[in-house]
Amino acid sequence: MSSSNAVDAVETPPVGEARGPAAGLVAENVSAWFGDHKVLHRVSLEMQANHVTSLIGPSGCGKSTFLRILNRMHELVPSASLAGSVHIDGIDIYRSDLLITDIRRRIGMVFQKPNPFPAMSVAENVVAGLKLAGYRLSRSDAQDTVEHCLERAGLWNEVKNRLGDPGAGLSGGQQQRLCIARALAVRPDVLLMDEPCSALDPTSTRRIEETIDELREQVTIVIVTHNMQQAARVSQYCAFFLAGEGEPGVVVEQGTTQKMFFHPEDQRTLDYVTGRFG
Amino acid sequence: MTTTIERGAAGGEPIDFDEERIEFSGEAPAERIRPRGFRPADVIDLVGAAAGSFCLTWLVYERLTPLSGGLGFGVAWYVTFLATVWLVARERLGALHARDRIVGVIVATVAIGMLIPLAVIVGYTIARGYHALRPQFFTQDQGHVGPLSKATEGGGSEAIVGSFEMVGIATLLSVPLGITTAVFLSEIRGRMARPVRMIVDAMSATPSIVAGLFVYAAFILALHQQQTGLAASLALAVMMLPTVTRTAEVVLRLVPGGLREASLALGGGEWATVRRIIFPTARAGLLTAVILGVARVVGETAPLLVTSLGNPYFNGNAFKGKQDALPLMIYRLVRLPQSAEIQRAWTGALVLLGLVLVLFIVARIIGGRGPGHIGRFKRVRLARKGLS
Repeated sequence: MSSSNAVDAVETPPVGEARGPAAGLVAENVSAWFGDHKVLHRVSLEMQANHVTSLIGPSGCGKSTFLRILNRMHELVPSASLAGSVHIDGIDIYRSDLLITDIRRRIGMVFQKPNPFPAMSVAENVVAGLKLAGYRLSRSDAQDTVEHCLERAGLWNEVKNRLGDPGAGLSGGQQQRLCIARALAVRPDVLLMDEPCSALDPTSTRRIEETIDELREQVTIVIVTHNMQQAARVSQYCAFFLAGEGEPGVVVEQGTTQKMFFHPEDQRTLDYVTGRFG
Repeated sequence: MTTTIERGAAGGEPIDFDEERIEFSGEAPAERIRPRGFRPADVIDLVGAAAGSFCLTWLVYERLTPLSGGLGFGVAWYVTFLATVWLVARERLGALHARDRIVGVIVATVAIGMLIPLAVIVGYTIARGYHALRPQFFTQDQGHVGPLSKATEGGGSEAIVGSFEMVGIATLLSVPLGITTAVFLSEIRGRMARPVRMIVDAMSATPSIVAGLFVYAAFILALHQQQTGLAASLALAVMMLPTVTRTAEVVLRLVPGGLREASLALGGGEWATVRRIIFPTARAGLLTAVILGVARVVGETAPLLVTSLGNPYFNGNAFKGKQDALPLMIYRLVRLPQSAEIQRAWTGALVLLGLVLVLFIVARIIGGRGPGHIGRFKRVRLARKGLS
């Protein structure tokens, strides 16, 4: 594949028809460091297209670092470095001829703490990613995108009469769904979620889990969670991360969620998913 | 509620909602408590302590010792007041609360004390300046005013226009530079950030006369320029730059890192993130940085002494000929022996104060109420784009 084709492949149309089947992510032998401190050791993981993969494990075992490597957010920390490769549709996202902004647009992210842009209205927040990419939207395109994305994030009915209000004025759960809508507006293939429900109440959590389940038809989702029930409810595949005392994190076991929760091969996985530690 | 409205519309007496509720529930309205409010006992404590300590100090000063002097009396009264407050609070509430109370009283009195010099300065300027404040002060210049003219003749229009132009050009020069530097310091960082920050700090400590002499040497002498309003603007821009830069840097740092990450994760480039996310979020703060910069230089006299020299005749062209400015006019007139000239200087001072005040108010209105607020104009713009 020539390099220009590869660049075309990571560009996403701003609006219009939905993409074809989403792409899967493949991580091979990923290790990560902060300065001289190694936090991940040779993690290989395949994240199936149009499925939800959950990353579970105790705090400090490198789940979030791994997630941030998947859309090149890891390198925002000045001392960070990594080894290994991450492929989307067979393209290495760390290849030097790819634009980092194109990759991040294709692999979206939702953070632990809802972070709508406070200077923008609800509707502006939704199209923020398109504006950041320099797209100029016509009035009708903007309205379509806003309605479509809020619809998919399960927020439309709650905010359709207050689209001009500040995004930061919504409740925590609504803000998080607004962030999901914002991530969806740039039409990513993959959506990474870093403990998206840890700051939310049970009702909002349920709404977001429903949203995740509906989104699976169009995007590949990777979710980090500390909530075992949530991992069991929303994901089809699961990976268990663990870090020993003073050692970098590794993937102890991975497979279908069914297998991981009911027939784990490793004793440590069994202990963790049954709540005996962590 | 609906029944109330219907009955009211039908012409009958509108029934007050509260009364209706009381009638049905049979409950008296609950008495509201404000737990944080001052209790009468606290007020009595403070007033009593102030009065008691005043009497004690008066007794010591006037009857028992040969001490005298207003300042000493004030200090002695304040110290006795604090001691009384502490003793009373310890008696009534215990030692721990007494310590709390005494710090509270010190903080409050010092804060009020800080307002006194400000009030005196503003009050004195108004008292001295308002006599000669006539509409023509804004329309006429000092050109044809002789030493024996009345204070109400002539005006300071040349100084007002000069000040506006000088500060305006200085703002145009220093704000883009200062905010760009602030973006470098807070967003890009890197190894050069520390030396740059150190230089900016050193710049803010530059004496203003040195800034004036620098422009005199590097612009007027070296480039064979005249002494003009532009030269003065350059000197003012040098003074303004560090204030704008450091304030803007602090403001940009206050923008939560999560917003930066969210923008980058959406595929935003660094410049797009700064322009579309960081600047709008920090807008009110950035405007404060600009105001602080303007406030820093609008009253500067020293740099103007060697760069624009002053001029009693109206000169609206900042690029040609000597120009006047309000601080220069005040400096020139207040040293003259005629009382009318001195009065004109005070009027100039009053106008300068007023201009700064107007500037602050205008900036506050433009700056809006922080990032979480969407104003009327923005709503209209959003509606046009289909985003509301």
